[in-house]
Parts: sequence; structure tokens; C-alpha cells
Amino acid sequence: MSVAAQSVASAPAVWVQGLFKRFGEKAIVEGLSFRIQPGECYGLLGPNGAGKTTTLRALLGLTPFDAGQLEVLGFPVPRQSRQARARIGVVPQLDNLDPDFTVEENLLVFGRYFGLSDRQVRARIPALLDFAALSGKRAARINELSGGMKRRLTLARALVNGPDLIVLDEPTTGLDPQARHLVWERLRELLARGKTILLTTHFMDEAERLCGRLGVIDHGSMVAEGAPRELIAQHLEPYVVEVYGDGAMQWLDAHRGELPARVEISGETVFCYAAAPEPVVRALQGHHDLRYLQRPANLEDLFLRLTGRGMREEA
Amino acid sequence: MSFAPASRWHWPRPSRLSLAVLRRNFLVWRKTAATTVLGDVLDPMVVLLALGYGLGKLLPAIEGVPYITFLAAGSICMGTLYGASFEATYSAFSRLQVQRTWEGMLNTPLSLDDVLWAEILWAATKAFKSGVAILLVVLLFDISRQPTLAWIPFVLMLAGLTFAALAIIVTALAKGYDFFMYYFTLVMTPMVFLSGVFFPVNQLPAGLAAVMQCLPLAPAINLIRPLVLGQLPAQPMLYVAQLAVTAALAIWLASVLMHRRLLR
Repeated sequence: MSVAAQSVASAPAVWVQGLFKRFGEKAIVEGLSFRIQPGECYGLLGPNGAGKTTTLRALLGLTPFDAGQLEVLGFPVPRQSRQARARIGVVPQLDNLDPDFTVEENLLVFGRYFGLSDRQVRARIPALLDFAALSGKRAARINELSGGMKRRLTLARALVNGPDLIVLDEPTTGLDPQARHLVWERLRELLARGKTILLTTHFMDEAERLCGRLGVIDHGSMVAEGAPRELIAQHLEPYVVEVYGDGAMQWLDAHRGELPARVEISGETVFCYAAAPEPVVRALQGHHDLRYLQRPANLEDLFLRLTGRGMREEA
Repeated sequence: MSFAPASRWHWPRPSRLSLAVLRRNFLVWRKTAATTVLGDVLDPMVVLLALGYGLGKLLPAIEGVPYITFLAAGSICMGTLYGASFEATYSAFSRLQVQRTWEGMLNTPLSLDDVLWAEILWAATKAFKSGVAILLVVLLFDISRQPTLAWIPFVLMLAGLTFAALAIIVTALAKGYDFFMYYFTLVMTPMVFLSGVFFPVNQLPAGLAAVMQCLPLAPAINLIRPLVLGQLPAQPMLYVAQLAVTAALAIWLASVLMHRRLLR
């Protein structure tokens, strides 16, 4: 292996430095920086309108930006974004499969966009269909497929060029739980093969199951970054007791002083974040109009902690 | 440091990959060819035969030839115009907006220049096919069999490109299918009626006739009508240049508007 090849191998798969992007007066991305190592699964988390999709579009060279430096798979973007896109597979937020074509034709036609010969693509199709669990649907039209099948085909299509980096924008939005688990399993298989994955999501279980590291963004900048468990430990007490029911607010007023917990209210639910849940649970004894749930703090708590509980007008 | 990827004001330059987009459209067309051929070809053909033979019986010779022979050139141009316009508006918009086909393409090494050129060339190809189909009807029904007809396909290639590029500008501005009604009603229909398809433009007030000569249907008719009658056009290079310049401006403007729309 040459020196140059070695340095490429250890270079980050994605490198974003000080990205700024505005539409007119409105800043969408404000000084975002992060890097993704090869073989990593990195999740961009954030509320709607936080700048996730804009960041992905910038990485693909599909939107001009106002400041910052981007490098994807060693290619500076946007200058060499075409070369970068040749090594990337993209799963968009909404399916854009070709409805006029069969499953197989979708893969064939898409492969041609990468400059692949029909022979090259045809050689790859059986493995791609197998990966997507669609071998039996080879000749089916797109409108005969279920939502989960379409998603899997979109994923298989994103692999037609044998990409090093796979970019997924909310890959399981709109899927039922079974279909979602099947997509997760496929993504883990891709990670096992050494692919790098960048995904956006607002499903916390998805982020927790798949991502080695997370970047939580809000209003276009990074508010926290790290491994899911570390982030939770860093920002939150280990336990949560959720209290709800008709008397929840009165109960809180009566016990607020004595609870050894940080209390947050969201809608009709009282969230008590505590190092130990027992004192909170003791304070609940005898209140039969209340229901409660005791659990470890999770990513959803973290997400709400970092991005706020308020309803957003633009969301 | 600020950076815009290839400023939207550039002249669009396609790469070899744009052929893959053309092949995609061709594959779709092959599956639906029967119905599209009906729409593209039958309509102008019916107009030509019905008006030409029906109305023509009641009319004296126009500019010294039977009405249907006069109408033939206009029909060929009209077929080309409609072939280009339907493909570059309704069909292209489906791929751009409704099916998000363009979005998928732009996530590959294809550039917007590739996709745009492929769409324009595809619509021009369909326009060419529509125009040539009517030319064949003209031959088949012995409306004209002049050797100068052999020049017409070359004119149709250029005219199809011009009409396609103009229509794709409208697509770049469209928010929905309804928008195309404006183009068809406010631009295409008056252009068809006032550019000399159905009657000689010297029947029009001089001012209006002069305005219509600036629109791109007029030079196409000015080139094709003499060729149907067995003559060579008086100022061929002028009309070819008018079509070519209109096409170039339209392609550039379409590119600017599509970049503004998609790569913002």
C-alpha cells in the first residue's frame, strides 16, 4: 500500500468544517462541524427544520453554501462532488423509484446513471435483490410493492454503484414496525461489511440501535455530540419517573420541595429525573389517581432536554 | 470563504452520462408507445385531413395551391410544436416534481446540466417524430411529393429543439400541472393561429404579423412551406439563425431557472 493510499484510508469519510447556509435572511445551518470515520454509523438528530436535510444536500454538492469546508471520501465538495457522488449511495426521504419500470429495470436504469455498463449492473442485480429480500419480485411493477418493499428496493438501488458511504434521510419514516426492523437489520449488515453510514432520523430507538455516534443539531448548530449512552450519562440523571393522571399537577405542588429530582413538565406528564428513583416512587404511594412509569433515561429524554419541549411553529 | 457550485448563470454543458437519461426516457416510451403515438400524431393528422379536404373544398387556391397543400406545412410545424411542448411540460414536470425522478438522478454523478440537456433532447426527439409522421401522411396522401421535402427533417430537428427548450422554461417555473394551461392557452394557441399555419400571415394587420414573425413557429413555417411546394426558402439562413438563437437563449434561460429551482 502506498503512502498516499494509507493516508486516504485513515482520512475521515465525511468532514464538515464551519458550514454556514442561509436562505435569504433565514439561517438554516450556522457553523456546523463534524467528522465521520470510515466504517462508522453517524446519526444526525434534530427537530424538523434543524438543518439536517440541508446539511446532507450540501454534502452531495446539491446546494451552494455561504461558508465552510466540506470533504466527502477525500473529495472536496462542491468542487469534486460528482466524483464524490460516484462513491455514495443515497436513500432519500421520499421514495423516488421509477413507477414505469419493474424492480429489476429500476436497478438497471439507475446503474447506468453511474456510467456502469448493462453487463456490470446485471451481474450485481441478483445480490442486490437478495439483500433487499426482493428476489421473488424481480419482474414486479413498483405499484405492486408494499411500503417496506419500496424502501428496501430504494436501499438496494443506493448500493448499485458499490458505494463506500451510504447517506439515508429518515430511512424508516412511514414504515410499520416489522418493515422498520428489517431495514435496521440490513443497515447493520452494511456496517458489518465496512460501509460508512450517515443517517438523519427523529426516531430515537433508531438512533440508539444503529448509530455509534450521534450529532444533535438544533437551529443549524451542533448542541451535543457523542456515543448515545455517553450523551445520556453526560446530560441526564440515570433514572426517570413519569407521573401522569388527573391529580399529577396537584401532587407535584404538594411534593415539589421534598423530591430529590429535577422536574420537567410536558403536556400533562411530570418527568422526574433522579439519581435514584425510590424517593420519588415513595412520594407517589397512596395517590391512586396517579399512574407512573419508572425507567432509565433514554435518548428521547436527551433529545427533549437539548432541543426543548415547546411546540415549534415551523415544525 | 463562500462558494457556489458552478454558478447558475453558466451555459449548461452535458457529459456523456446524459445519454443514460435519454435511454431511461426511451425505455419508458417503448412501454407506452402506442398511446403516445395516438396523441402526438393523430391530432394534427386529423386537423390536416379534415380541414384540408373538408374546408379546402370550399376555398379557392391559396397562394396558387390547393388549401390542403398550403395547410400541410403548417400541420407539420404544429405537430412538431405540440410534440415538443407536451413532452417538455406535462411529462417533464411529472419526472421533475411528481415522481421525483430528477431528484434521484441528481444523487448520482449526473449533473443538472446532464439531466436538463437530456430532457430537452428527448422532447426534441419526440417533436421530430411527430413532425416526420405528418410528413409521411403528406407523402402517403400525395399532398406533396416534391424532392425538396427531403430537407424538412433537418428543419424539424432544429425547430423541435427550439420548441422543447421554450417549453422547459415553463416547466422550470411551474408549481403544478395547472400552470401549463397558461402556456398552452396564452402562448401556443395564439402562436398557432397567427403564425401562418391556417392562413397566410399577410391577412393579419401588419403590426401583429411583425410581432408573430419574432415567435419561433414563424421561421419554421417560413422554411417548411416553400419546401412542401417544391421551392427553396428565400432566406434560409435567416430563419435557421432565428430558430438557433431562440433555442440557445431558451436553453440558457431554462438552465438558469432550473438551477434556481433545484440547486438552491
